[in-house]
Amino acid sequence: MKLSSVLDPAGSRAPSPGAGGQAGQEAGAGVSGRQRVASLVQRQGVLAVLLLVVLIASFVYPTFATLDNARGVTVQASFLAIVALGMTMVIITGGIDLSVGSVFALGGVLAAWASQWGVLPALLVPLVVCGAIGALNGVLIARVGMAPFIVTLASLLGARGLLLAITDEGATTYLVPKDSAFAELGQGSVWGFGYPILIALALFAAGGVVLQRTSFGQTLFAVGGSSDAAVLMGLPVARVRLTVYLLSGLLAGLAGAINAARLSSGVTIIGVGMELDAIAAVVIGGTLLVGGAGSLSGTLWGVLLLAVIQNLINQIGSLNSSYQSVVSGGFLIVVVVAQRYLARSRRTA
Amino acid sequence: MTTHAPAAPGRSLPRLPGPAWFQEYGVYAAVAALLLFNAFFTEHFLTADNLRTQLIQVAPVVIVALGMALVIGTEGVDLSVGSAMALAAAVLPLYLGYGLVPALLIALLAGAVVGAVNGTLVSVVGLQPIVATLALFVGGRGIALVMADGQLKQIANPDLLALGTGSFLGIPLVVLIAGVLALAVAFLVHRTTFGRQVVAIGGNRPAAALAGLPVKRVLTGVYILCGVLAALAGILATARLTASDPSSLGNLMELSAITAVVVGGTPLSGGSIRVLGTVAGALLMQLLRATLVKHDLPDSTAQIAQAAIIIVAVYVARERRSR
Repeated sequence: MKLSSVLDPAGSRAPSPGAGGQAGQEAGAGVSGRQRVASLVQRQGVLAVLLLVVLIASFVYPTFATLDNARGVTVQASFLAIVALGMTMVIITGGIDLSVGSVFALGGVLAAWASQWGVLPALLVPLVVCGAIGALNGVLIARVGMAPFIVTLASLLGARGLLLAITDEGATTYLVPKDSAFAELGQGSVWGFGYPILIALALFAAGGVVLQRTSFGQTLFAVGGSSDAAVLMGLPVARVRLTVYLLSGLLAGLAGAINAARLSSGVTIIGVGMELDAIAAVVIGGTLLVGGAGSLSGTLWGVLLLAVIQNLINQIGSLNSSYQSVVSGGFLIVVVVAQRYLARSRRTA
Repeated sequence: MTTHAPAAPGRSLPRLPGPAWFQEYGVYAAVAALLLFNAFFTEHFLTADNLRTQLIQVAPVVIVALGMALVIGTEGVDLSVGSAMALAAAVLPLYLGYGLVPALLIALLAGAVVGAVNGTLVSVVGLQPIVATLALFVGGRGIALVMADGQLKQIANPDLLALGTGSFLGIPLVVLIAGVLALAVAFLVHRTTFGRQVVAIGGNRPAAALAGLPVKRVLTGVYILCGVLAALAGILATARLTASDPSSLGNLMELSAITAVVVGGTPLSGGSIRVLGTVAGALLMQLLRATLVKHDLPDSTAQIAQAAIIIVAVYVARERRSR
């Protein structure tokens, strides 16, 4: 579990009881056993649920616990994971980014279109355009002071409109040239594990370091905990908030580009509702939507849990895919209600 | 903070419209401007037929947006309205065998249950509205699909068809229903205790609680109303289509409804509800799209234009608040 310890070292932020109680929690002094259990469940509860589901599924469905299936599930999950990585950072600052689904689709189409000129354009074009959309979100939210919900709602529409405009209202599908090295980025693999998985893991490792070991990361938590206090402390609040929306746009665009490489084409009807899947994964992973607390490892387990549920429902076969959303929705309710009560018990204990 | 600044003394000349004017009347001015533009530059736009079509298309959005306006007035948001529509549509054909009225009541009840779950999660459990309603957004459509076996069902009930396509004194029933509901919600907000409590809770929840208002009950009530209105919109859409289609009915409706509310001038931060503005906001978006389509501009342009309007509307609203 080396990766996990980078992503979520012991004593990483959990919602602090009262204001700024981080030091007390890390030392563990004066923290009751009940509080410690609650904190552990809140941070690693999803991992426990994930392991439990995987364990039971391995016994019940022989086709589940195969290497091939594991590869398939994780490749599928890696795109949502990359998007959810950016979303986690946004949500830690107390914001939200509804535009990621549209930006993901836009990134894919741009990448497929630009791939005719080689790998570099195929990556640069989506990153530049999607980064610009993220930056625009960030400017409107951090500098102009508009609500994240509504700004990113508008860019959800705008990015989808842009996507339709460059594909002749969805009539043109751009294909990635067959012999392109860009296609390799989505389809290649190391020991059978596709590049998308490795890219997602590398990004999460880097994100974990940024979040836990840099002043930028610490500022995110401070801004989410109390934006006013962060301003008074002289932290570059506006710049940091702008940066997280920029990152979110870049990551969504990158995920879209890699997905296009994997599918060998820019699919226009993809990514609808992806923002809510990403938010669900982040929330299930224990990051609080009010901001100020959260972890990337939790998000990773949240994404995997959603992916495993989807895979299991496919395995069962007799259930149609509508059960997937029922189960995901159920998980979401259980997790957030449990979080709520755990947070409450920690405060009162 | 939201009251008007008193007019400067000694100023008798008519003042030019400022940001406050646009915040107050901008959405109506925009609707009027669009109609005027179309009167001159678009053929066959200001005809009874076309206006009827536009009104019929916007009616479900208006009905959902009315509920959304109430929720946003409490500083909440309801992402699950599309799922509530789908659920009502899925339930309707299952009970049509018992007669139209029981089936309609049960479909509305389904919306009320969705709202009650949302309301309980928000008021009793204390979840953020966006999380609380996200769960049913994700799961609600799934439940609807499971109930309907994932299938589109044709409905051949003449009474239901009449509800969807009939008209009264030349006005389509769906438009009439939306209009009456708008008046009813306006009355609710401005003339009843419940409406005052909703606005008070949205303005300052701790203060409302200290003043002894039944915060939990009012919040739950607001979400139930929103769910019921969404279910009604789902029923009307189903009646028009003469088919129950839980997989696509109400998709992205939460976005359209929130857009209508926000463009209509209701702040997302709660404490104020503009019912007429919400109706105008929905109309503006509908007319904008129709205008662009009639001028052979593609859907993509319409979406980008809608995005721009949302940003402008919220920017204007922000100007006023910071005064």
